[in-house]
Amino acid sequence: MSSQINDNGYFQKRKLRKHMVHLFLLPAAVLYGVFQLYPLISAALNSFYSFNGFDKDQFIGLKNFIVLFTEEPYKSTFFNAFKHNWIYFGVTVLTQLMISLLLALIIHSKIKGKELFKSIFFLPKLLSVIVIGFLYSLILNPTRGALNNLLEAIGFEELTRPWLGSMDTALFSVIFVDSWASIGFSMLIFLAGLQAIEPEIFEAAKIDGANWFTVLRKITIPMLGPSLLVMSVLVFIGSFETFEYVYAMQGSSGGPYYSTDVLTTFFYRLAFGTTDGGQSIGLGSAIAVILFIIIGLATTIMLLIFRRKDFDR
Amino acid sequence: MKTKWYIQILKYVVLALFTFIFGYPIFLMITSSLKSNMEIFTSPLSLPSSFLFENYLEVWEVVDFSSYIWNSVIVSAASVFIVLFVSSMAGYYLARYRFKWNSFILLFFMIGLMLPMRLAVIPLYMMMMNLGLLDTLFSLIFVYVAGGIPFAVFLFYGFFRTVPQALEDSARLDGCNDFQIYYKIVLPLMKPAISIVAIVNLLNVWNDFFYPLIFIRTDALKTIPLGMLTLFGEFDTQWNLLFAGLTISSLPMLIAFLFASRQFMDGLTEGAVK
Repeated sequence: MSSQINDNGYFQKRKLRKHMVHLFLLPAAVLYGVFQLYPLISAALNSFYSFNGFDKDQFIGLKNFIVLFTEEPYKSTFFNAFKHNWIYFGVTVLTQLMISLLLALIIHSKIKGKELFKSIFFLPKLLSVIVIGFLYSLILNPTRGALNNLLEAIGFEELTRPWLGSMDTALFSVIFVDSWASIGFSMLIFLAGLQAIEPEIFEAAKIDGANWFTVLRKITIPMLGPSLLVMSVLVFIGSFETFEYVYAMQGSSGGPYYSTDVLTTFFYRLAFGTTDGGQSIGLGSAIAVILFIIIGLATTIMLLIFRRKDFDR
Repeated sequence: MKTKWYIQILKYVVLALFTFIFGYPIFLMITSSLKSNMEIFTSPLSLPSSFLFENYLEVWEVVDFSSYIWNSVIVSAASVFIVLFVSSMAGYYLARYRFKWNSFILLFFMIGLMLPMRLAVIPLYMMMMNLGLLDTLFSLIFVYVAGGIPFAVFLFYGFFRTVPQALEDSARLDGCNDFQIYYKIVLPLMKPAISIVAIVNLLNVWNDFFYPLIFIRTDALKTIPLGMLTLFGEFDTQWNLLFAGLTISSLPMLIAFLFASRQFMDGLTEGAVK
């Protein structure tokens, strides 16, 4: 009899212990659920409502999206910013990936001081994006800035210009600053990819008499496929999420004359700014949803490709 | 096959050029912070003629820099610690206990990895307003913790799966309960994962400008990046102060990098590749 009670007690304790195990998951799930997942869903739902200040007014279906795509001034602002995000991506993916691949190849080859060069190229990644933005607003200043002064000092006076103040160069200057800050990191990703390639493959190619460029085209780049894909998607996401560089150097309306305006700065003005009507929460949420879709699609495609590669192995 | 000598030279030329491109702006920031405003104006490129540490004292006085630093330290330390604690537990749970809903939970966390969190800032703003957390450091800590969890959970999940189960079984036989096993046996083996998660989150949180911009109004509650906005707004012609402010904001991470450059670089790379 007494042994049975003991057994029951033991059983209940075990059952309790089994439930206690869920406490491992609980804090992370609650914090993430409340402060990330719920706001994400809520942001998506908000895009179907009209707002009165920050208060939800009524359900209006797709009206926010229709206003954004068809009504001025929203329409031209939206497509202007959207275009800049694409230019941002196009230019960054070309320059940043090419330069960081070049640097990774050099550092991976037989040279002295690998660690030192790696560290120096990586330095910008340690700084806050806002610090970098502000630093470059000083460096690119037309009269007092270091760049124009440097160009003058080495005799390229005709190249000096108001880098951030002219509509022709402002967007490219912002993209340059972003690349400056990000190249070190993508170089490290490529280096990790290069180190994963077995050296025997290169030796075999050399024995077969392949020259450097053939090796690059036929072996290195295909073998770096996964790293190239990861970096392209990261650059894509970064180009559509970019905010701080534009905000620090060109202000929240992406000056001059909206020539550096991107979707996030437009979003910021709609939600928290005072121009463009301000407090247009519904329209801001619609932009958020459009960006969710664009970025979500990019990540899904990347994940799907990786999934397939895993199956192939 | 030996690399031709002129190729070697060309490589070093390229490396030197990029050393200049990456290093000079940071070097310029630090040297300019030691010049007078006049000297920055008249000779922007030359080395400082004397070291004016007064710039630092002055920037410390004109804006509330000690508060900014203190706030950044509190927010970063709290966020990183909480992310490590809750995510390692969740990762352990997912790797060790096979419940039916595990794959659903992984998917649940996956959403946060795939979507840009900052675009959910409007509902977050309203939520913080309703909770009375707007314009407090708690708003930042909650957002950074929630934002750091998905990545950290996946990383810990991956690492925990590499730890052999036999180790825990023997600990269980020795009478350890589940929490003791996690805390005493498995967690100490997780040092690489812990340092990756800590570094990735520390850099993110310490350098973030976006959430303070939206959540924080009170000057005494600003973190360093938002403090820079105040400095640049009020003293936009006193470049000596601006450079000094930028330098102070960057020094903590630059110094940390000096001591742990490998951990920083390996941590960020593995974080992205994993």
